[in-house]
Amino acid sequence: MSKDIKVALIGNPNTGKTSVFNTLTGLKQKVGNYPGITVEKKIGLCKLSRGVKAHILDLPGTYSLNTTSLDESVAVELLLNKNAPDFPDVAVVVSDVENLKRNLLLFTQIKDLKIPSILAINMADRMDYKGISLDIPKMEKLLNTKIALLSTRKNTGIEELKTLIEKYKELPKSENLDISVIDPSYFKRLKNAFPGEDLYKLWVVITQDVNFTPLDKKDIQSQSPFEIKSGAELKRLQHKETILRYQYINGILKETYSVDRQAAKGWRAGLDKILTHKIFGYLIFFVILLTIFQAIYDWSSVPMDFIDEQFAAASEWVKNTLPPGVFTNLIAEGVVAGIGGIVIFIPQIAFLFFFIAILEESGYMSRVVFLMDRLMRPFGLSGKSVVPLISGTACAIPAVMATRNIENWKERLITILVVPFTTCSARLPVYLIIIALVIPEGRLMGLSYQALTLMSLYLLGFAASILAAKVLHQILKVRSRSFFMVEMPNYKWPLWKNVFYTVVEKTKSFVYGAGKIILAISIVLWFLGSNGFSDEFKNAEQIVTERVAQEGLSPNSQAFVSNKLEEFTATMPMNITADGSLTPSAAVQDSLSILQADLRTRVINQEIASYRLEHSFIGKMGKFIEPVVRPLGYDWKIGIAVLTSFAAREVFVGTLATIYSVGNDEEETIKNRMSAEVKADGQPLFNLASGVSLMLFYAFAMQCMSTLAIVKRETNSWKWPLLQLGFMTIIAYLTALTAYQLLS
Amino acid sequence: MVFTVAHLKRGEKGIIKEFRQDVLPIKLLELGCLPGNQVELIQIAPLKDPIYINVNGSHIAIRRSVALQIELEPIAGHE
Ligand SMILES: Nc1nc2c(ncn2[C@@H]2O[C@H](COP(=O)(O)OP(=O)(O)OP(=O)(O)O)[C@@H](O)[C@H]2O)c(=O)[nH]1
Ligand SMILES: [Mg+2]
Repeated sequence: MSKDIKVALIGNPNTGKTSVFNTLTGLKQKVGNYPGITVEKKIGLCKLSRGVKAHILDLPGTYSLNTTSLDESVAVELLLNKNAPDFPDVAVVVSDVENLKRNLLLFTQIKDLKIPSILAINMADRMDYKGISLDIPKMEKLLNTKIALLSTRKNTGIEELKTLIEKYKELPKSENLDISVIDPSYFKRLKNAFPGEDLYKLWVVITQDVNFTPLDKKDIQSQSPFEIKSGAELKRLQHKETILRYQYINGILKETYSVDRQAAKGWRAGLDKILTHKIFGYLIFFVILLTIFQAIYDWSSVPMDFIDEQFAAASEWVKNTLPPGVFTNLIAEGVVAGIGGIVIFIPQIAFLFFFIAILEESGYMSRVVFLMDRLMRPFGLSGKSVVPLISGTACAIPAVMATRNIENWKERLITILVVPFTTCSARLPVYLIIIALVIPEGRLMGLSYQALTLMSLYLLGFAASILAAKVLHQILKVRSRSFFMVEMPNYKWPLWKNVFYTVVEKTKSFVYGAGKIILAISIVLWFLGSNGFSDEFKNAEQIVTERVAQEGLSPNSQAFVSNKLEEFTATMPMNITADGSLTPSAAVQDSLSILQADLRTRVINQEIASYRLEHSFIGKMGKFIEPVVRPLGYDWKIGIAVLTSFAAREVFVGTLATIYSVGNDEEETIKNRMSAEVKADGQPLFNLASGVSLMLFYAFAMQCMSTLAIVKRETNSWKWPLLQLGFMTIIAYLTALTAYQLLS
Repeated sequence: MVFTVAHLKRGEKGIIKEFRQDVLPIKLLELGCLPGNQVELIQIAPLKDPIYINVNGSHIAIRRSVALQIELEPIAGHE
């Protein structure tokens, strides 16, 4: 007979809940040595012996049941709601052996809620190092619980924990403390008002809102009519409760926990001295950022070239294998090239996630928060905003979620609003292809111009977010309470397993997410590009043939044909001399005219195709928006690509690939295609002016539906995402306009 | 003048005195910022804000405005 067990992992931030979760379930998710990494609950499955299954719930860390920020309240709300589907059969309170005293505070609170609890003391591998010794049996007796001493790093104690979970029914349910001693008469009245309710639970519900900004909180309070004490009085009682608990804990630890200070070692002091130094601290931070960006550029060039070649080969293969036609073009040039346009960025995105994961795992991120807090405050941001801004360089979605540990609602709101300015990985494809097109090669002090341009674009993203924050700080009138606190965890050598899974998982979801959108958009575009309703579209063949008969080929086509012929004549005579003049010259003449006829049909077909494209649905749409984008230096094709990018930026390259392949049957890479595009006057379409204008547009515009959806969810209103969409797009348009007009 | 956490120099320690209970956030207490416990100042960021302390084994950084609320008893040997 098997029944599923529901297990909740609860504990202070950064005690290794997610690591325990990963070890138990094998279902990996992000782990980091930065308090507040897990901001939402996650569920995984763990098989115990005899076919019993445990549903493991990973929760954001919280210091106590008195929540002060949104991420903390996730855990508390769950524990207070007995009817919630996730309500645990057993709570595993994960704690850090080095901070046991503080961790036990939460443990005693959970125990007082009468939820069966196991105390999991994690990081046992650090005990020798820190000179810590524990008397587990005695502690179990005093705390009236079961204890698992484990280390997820060394993989010890996990089996014991599983056994304890399996036997959760044997856990003592009694409470640790009698909370009513802090104010007996009040608790007595409480008891009379709510007979049959658990006293401590009532108390926690009543005090939920005391420390919390009312703005970002669902109202638990509304169900409790019994509030006869003022906020200040309640707070005083909470202080009393905390002191009471610490007295209790200190008493227990005195008998069971000892630290040999002589044996304790650590890099903390030394590293902190340098990494949080007034000058070196900032210098090191800057150098780290610089190194990351240079590495992203340099280390990924080899794998990127490789991927590029593979996709070119794949698209060639499709063309040669499938019957020729527009549909084959769609697959070869639209879908394959579009997907290739994303896959090629895997190396860079993976490196970016890799570095961010290391910064978080090692404990360095908290030092950055410490260093930056004062500097960010004049802009209405907090030191904690730096983490979303940095991880925004990977993707704005997790970055917006990472703002949840910012206690101050205004600081949090501003951070959410400006995060999308940071250069996320979806902008990389656009930047890289345009940089390759318009920025010359060459080096300045060992750094290539192209890398420098990219670096400036990143800096521009940061600058834009900071400035926007400043403006929002001035104009937004939002009521909020302020309290800032960040824990400085121990430095840790990154757990490579954790880093590895983070990189794989994040990269995978980026590629799949983007891949799906690109596939959908390229199919829609292909349809719109190969259908039309106007007479011009339907009679394209006739119109173009007549025009060619009357006026001859277009200058572009003529140039193309004479180029090809020159190439041919340049190689041909050489071959003949090599053959020993056995081939009669008439044959050369013949093959030349065959080629010429061949080329003529080809360019005429191409002219028909592009005429048709111009009069297709997409052409009409493009022409319709062209007046808007022309001042920015774009033609209607780029206009379409920019427009589709409002779904997600990374579709830019794929969109152009699809549009160009519908209007062209040459097998070439997208980059060559783009550099061959000319304006009406024969000048290349992509020059410095239009390139810079495009990059600026992508730097500032809010082109990501997923981010807007997340912002809506996190701010609980459409007002903020719409505001974001509006002001970012206006800024984007104006800067792109200015840049193009100045440069051209 | 009251002597508070914000007045400590780097490496200096003090013992927390009784404080006005309604001004300090509950979170600080829960992290061990209780009367009688020892505070050590580890690092001060430029512009004297925030302040990185070790209190009761918890390593935390708090803003100056809050640090000014935590009154201290200097440990003998200092001051
Ligand atoms: N030395 C040691 N470090 C560990 C152990 N388990 C986890 N860590 C490290 O502790 C840090 C935090 O781990 P997480 O699993 O993210 O902690 P968490 O409790 O989920 O943190 P939040 O989600 O932020 O509350 C990481 O740097 C891990 O590498 C362990 O057994 N020993
Ligand atoms: Mg976690």
